[in-house]
This record gives sequence, C-alpha cells and structure tokens, in this order.
Amino acid sequence: MAYSDKVLDHYENPRNVGTLDKNDPHVGTGMVGAPACGDVMKLQIKVNDSGIIEDAKFKTYGCGSAIASSSLVTEWLKGKSLDEAAQIKNSAIAEELALPPVKIHCSVLAEDAIKAAVADLQAKQSDKEVA
Amino acid sequence: MTQSITQNHFELFDLPVQFSIDLDQLNQQFRKVQSEVHPDRFAAASGAERLKSMQLATQANEAYQTLKKPTSRARYLLQLHGIDTQEDSNTAMPGDFLMLQMEWREAMEEASDAHDIDALERLLTEMRKAARQFQQDLQQQLDENRAFEQASGTVRKLSFIDKVQADIEQTISKLEDA
Repeated sequence: MAYSDKVLDHYENPRNVGTLDKNDPHVGTGMVGAPACGDVMKLQIKVNDSGIIEDAKFKTYGCGSAIASSSLVTEWLKGKSLDEAAQIKNSAIAEELALPPVKIHCSVLAEDAIKAAVADLQAKQSDKEVA
Repeated sequence: MTQSITQNHFELFDLPVQFSIDLDQLNQQFRKVQSEVHPDRFAAASGAERLKSMQLATQANEAYQTLKKPTSRARYLLQLHGIDTQEDSNTAMPGDFLMLQMEWREAMEEASDAHDIDALERLLTEMRKAARQFQQDLQQQLDENRAFEQASGTVRKLSFIDKVQADIEQTISKLEDA
C-alpha cells in the first residue's frame, strides 16, 4: 500500500517523539491500544498555568499511519486549550494525512489518545482542587 | 449431507460448544466434513444440492481456521454469546497492560537493532508463556465461570500478544536471512 507524502514525512521525521514526566501535575498522559493491529500509543501533554498546552510528546509502536497520526496531533496540540484539544476529530487527522479507509483506525487511536491525556490531566487537576 | 448451513462452527464438526476442544478431533472432523461435502461429489447432483455442498465446503474451511487458533476460537465463542470483542473500535485497555506492550516493543526494537537473535528468542519464549497463561484464563472464564465480559478483555489482550509474537518471528527470520 502506498503511503501519502504527508504520512511518509511524519513517519521519516516524526515530530515530538519522547516522554514527559508523568508525575508532573501539569502533565497528562494518555495510553491507548488497538487489539486488531497491536498498535500502542502513548501521548503526553503539558499545560502552562493558564491551561494552554505548551508541549506534547508521543511514543507509538505501530504502522506508519499510526506514527504519522500521533506525530501530527502533537503539532496540532501545542497552543490549544484542553477543551480545544478534546475537539480534535479523527476525521480531521485522516483527511490531513490522506489516510485510506483501512487506516482510519490509526486516526481513531490518535483521537482517543488525546481524549485519554486530557482526561488524565483533568483528573489530576480536580484532585489538586479538592486537596 | 447431514450437515446444515445453520449449524455453528462447533456443531458442524460435532464438537462441544466450548473453549477447550480436542485438536485431534477437530482435524479429523474437518477432514471428514471436507470429504463429505466436497463439490466433486455433487457434480451430478441437483443445482440446489451443488450449491449447498459448496456453501458447506466454504463454511468448513472458515470454521476450521477459526477453531484451530485459541484467540479466534474464543472470539467466535463470545460472538455466539452475543459479545463483540471490539478489537478494531475500542482502544481503551488497562494501563499496566499497555505499559507492558511498550516495554516489549522497546525490547524487541533494541534486540532487532543489535541483531541479537538470542534476545529475540528469549522474548518469543516470554510471549508464548504469556499467551499460555491467557489461554488458561480463557478456559476458566469461558468454560467454568461463564464470565464472558472478562473473557472479552482476555481475548483483546491475547490479540496483542499474537501480534507481538508474529512480529518477533518475522524479525528473527529477516535477521537470519540477512
């Protein structure tokens, strides 16, 4: 199967690969996996005091489309609020990367990873407010 | 033909509808059904009979492929109980399990980069052990406790292990050929 140029670009030069400190109260971690293809994705976001995402890192084991999807969303996430981040839809990722129908689930994985990271961060922050 | 296309895969081969099956019996039954419904035997039969033999031959192949492997057998059994394992739509998995997946994938990548076939073989042994453990869990969850939701979670995990195992095997054969 032929990958689009954008997928190849992100696959060959993935942006923001790495790890943030998951114990940092400003860091949210989302981990998701797709049993059907065995892909695993870890996405981390770091917010500043005004709740804007200032850094995002990912680590993905999977096919080129899964890597490209996570690489792309780390670029999109920077500068967004958590609410804006949670609005990112897999269809937008699939469209940007011109993913074929059989690879749509890779973009779903990325969308679910964002949601999981945002939820993790929100849970951490509400814990802090209670404390 | 005593078989009917409304039978499920287990019934087609006269097997109990459960996770634990006798693989020798499956092989024998498959060969038996295969020869009984072989389209060559129905060359002179009516159109309806020929069609039925063809459909049964196709089902027998599919049934055999499904029942032969523990993961697909469990997945199919759950389907019969109305449970979809959602392996291509639901991405939520226990965090510690995903963490372990990351570690295994990292170990595999390191060993592959270092052309360390021994390390890959060790990883493969670990995968087989993990798979066996999950298969034992499935036997208990499906046949003894009828804990189908729990079994669905186990099938989802086994699916990952199967994939890692296949990837390691592929990496090893690539390194051996190089």
